[in-house]
Amino acid sequence: MPGHPLDRLSDAFISLIARVMTRVNPKWLERNRYKLEEWRLMLYALNRSPTGIAGLILAMGFVFIGIFGPYIAPHSYDFSYIAATGKYKLYWLAPPGTGGAILGTDDLGRDLLSQLLYGARISLVVVALVLPVGISIGVILGLLAGYYGGAVDEAIMRVTDIFLAFPGLILALALTSALTMRIAYAIANNPWLTSFVSAVFALKPSDALNIAPTLAIIVALWLVWWPGYARLVRGMTLQQKGNVFVMAAQALGMSSREIMFKHILPNILGPLLVFMTLDVGNVILVEAGLSFLMGGQIKIPEWGAIVQHGSQYLVNGAWWLLIFPGLAILLAVLGWNLFGDALRDILDPRTRRSIEFR
Amino acid sequence: MPEPIVIVEDLKVYFYTYAGVVRAVDGVSFEIYEGETFCIVGETGCGKSVTSRALTKLIDPPGRIAGGKVLFKDRSGRYINMLELDEETLREMRGKEIAYIFQDPAAALDPLYTIGYHFIETMRDHGTIRSNKEGIERAIELLREVAMPAPEVRVKNYPHELSGGMKQRAVIGIGLSNMPRLLIADEPTSYLDVSVQAQILELLRQLKEKRGLTLLMITHDMGVVAEMCDRVAVLYAGHLAEIGPVDRIFMNPLHPYTQALLRAVPNPTRRMLKLEPIPGNVPNLASPPPGCRFHPRCPYAMDICKRERPKMIEVEERHRVACWLYAKR
Repeated sequence: MPGHPLDRLSDAFISLIARVMTRVNPKWLERNRYKLEEWRLMLYALNRSPTGIAGLILAMGFVFIGIFGPYIAPHSYDFSYIAATGKYKLYWLAPPGTGGAILGTDDLGRDLLSQLLYGARISLVVVALVLPVGISIGVILGLLAGYYGGAVDEAIMRVTDIFLAFPGLILALALTSALTMRIAYAIANNPWLTSFVSAVFALKPSDALNIAPTLAIIVALWLVWWPGYARLVRGMTLQQKGNVFVMAAQALGMSSREIMFKHILPNILGPLLVFMTLDVGNVILVEAGLSFLMGGQIKIPEWGAIVQHGSQYLVNGAWWLLIFPGLAILLAVLGWNLFGDALRDILDPRTRRSIEFR
Repeated sequence: MPEPIVIVEDLKVYFYTYAGVVRAVDGVSFEIYEGETFCIVGETGCGKSVTSRALTKLIDPPGRIAGGKVLFKDRSGRYINMLELDEETLREMRGKEIAYIFQDPAAALDPLYTIGYHFIETMRDHGTIRSNKEGIERAIELLREVAMPAPEVRVKNYPHELSGGMKQRAVIGIGLSNMPRLLIADEPTSYLDVSVQAQILELLRQLKEKRGLTLLMITHDMGVVAEMCDRVAVLYAGHLAEIGPVDRIFMNPLHPYTQALLRAVPNPTRRMLKLEPIPGNVPNLASPPPGCRFHPRCPYAMDICKRERPKMIEVEERHRVACWLYAKR
């Protein structure tokens, strides 16, 4: 069946997994033979989806740069050519390619490429902090509402409705402005928090205070992110609850908690995973939008803030301060969306069957 | 004479739906004796399954148990009312005292887990086993007991890797894993091929003999009834029509519904020229006919049938019927 040039790569990847897992646990291969074969077929299906491959590359690229960006950046995010060389005229809004600055510089003479690479870390951390928390809250509430039904369902879903009725972006904006100062105080008063935050966001400790708006955005997004998941999971739970094996588990005396987490949750994980993947792009986009709207901290290399700050200099012809960060946001969001779309086609056996194998 | 293991008194299960209150089970009383095979027969939608699920309160909203008692004889010989137990005690009872087998074995197994895991899960919950290793050993033993071919291999298989008959064997094995005393089989053969049906019935009979189980079978198949049962309850539209020993039901059906039911299926005990369908349909239980619920379809319907619900009358020894035809005798 392999015919696509990438299939060989997939085969090699699968046998690598098999070899590594066999080393960890000799019995693993025997137990997971079917699962492995299933994964191989999924990879084959992915190979036949050019947009899926492009999405995977972009998405993995985003994660890679998010992790290693600060190390491969030519300069620190706050390095200024003006301060370093004193050549104010040359490096004030220098266009791409000027003396070492590949993507140009901003009004302070800072290297745009380095800023974008550091900015990827911030976006990645925001995604990594927002999604797990938002999803956990949503999944647990959705499971409870769908499984128990009745009054529990009614109570949880009405609260969810209230949250959904607020315009999410406005709610997040309000929360962000309310929380920013508190978080800034907390960071200023806790040395360990300062060093933790600066390490996670790859910032200098002296800049840790300036990340407070971003942290406030994260907290705000926790509050606006879960209702969608609660609804989604509730619906899927209701669907799964109709299965005879759920009734059978009840009849065998299994506890509700076990039925929810061992029989219902694993069975809805596939569609949930797709939804989560598509949502990564949303978080990047909303976070960039919020940091744009909040005015943006000039000292923090956040993508949204760079766009906001750079837009002031469009009259000076500094298009690169808008185009490049915009492009970074676009590629990261597009990558995750394409990957999520491909994943949906691949994980669903019905659509997977319609993918043509040649 | 053995004692009853379950006594159901005036059980009422109502579903509170948008179309009104559906009285799915409306005042049903019967008892199941220890060691017997008791059958509940009736058409689709007459409340068979709901009755069996109500025994351990497995009724989901909008359904509710609106009244009655389910007395279950526990291991010390006392009768406890299942409907008054708290959820935690009930959970303990399910599987350990009363186990269920559902009609579609393919749907009753979670596709994500191996057969062995299903065994381990239910046995761990009831404290029957201490480790997963012990669980697998017990699972293999149980699979051997239900005559699963190559149990050592099958225990590691996923449900989709088994045939329908093998799945039903696995489901029966899982049901037996905590040594229940009452096994409720809800149409255990409806989803299986005819050849496999006979095997599964034979297996249930053997297990019953060997383990001294009490078996409650829910079925609409008079063949299964004749084959398996000691006593039969005929349910019609949520009311009990007739109850009695299986030979009396077949030889001397009293209720017009039972008579019609037996004329509608091939009956080995009497010569029949042709099968006769029962005219009409099962009534809508949201607005059932008053009086005897069978009267619109009954050839012997009298005035009183339309007004008053008949009481159970013992016509022969252990053979009772709810019909006005026998009221004056």
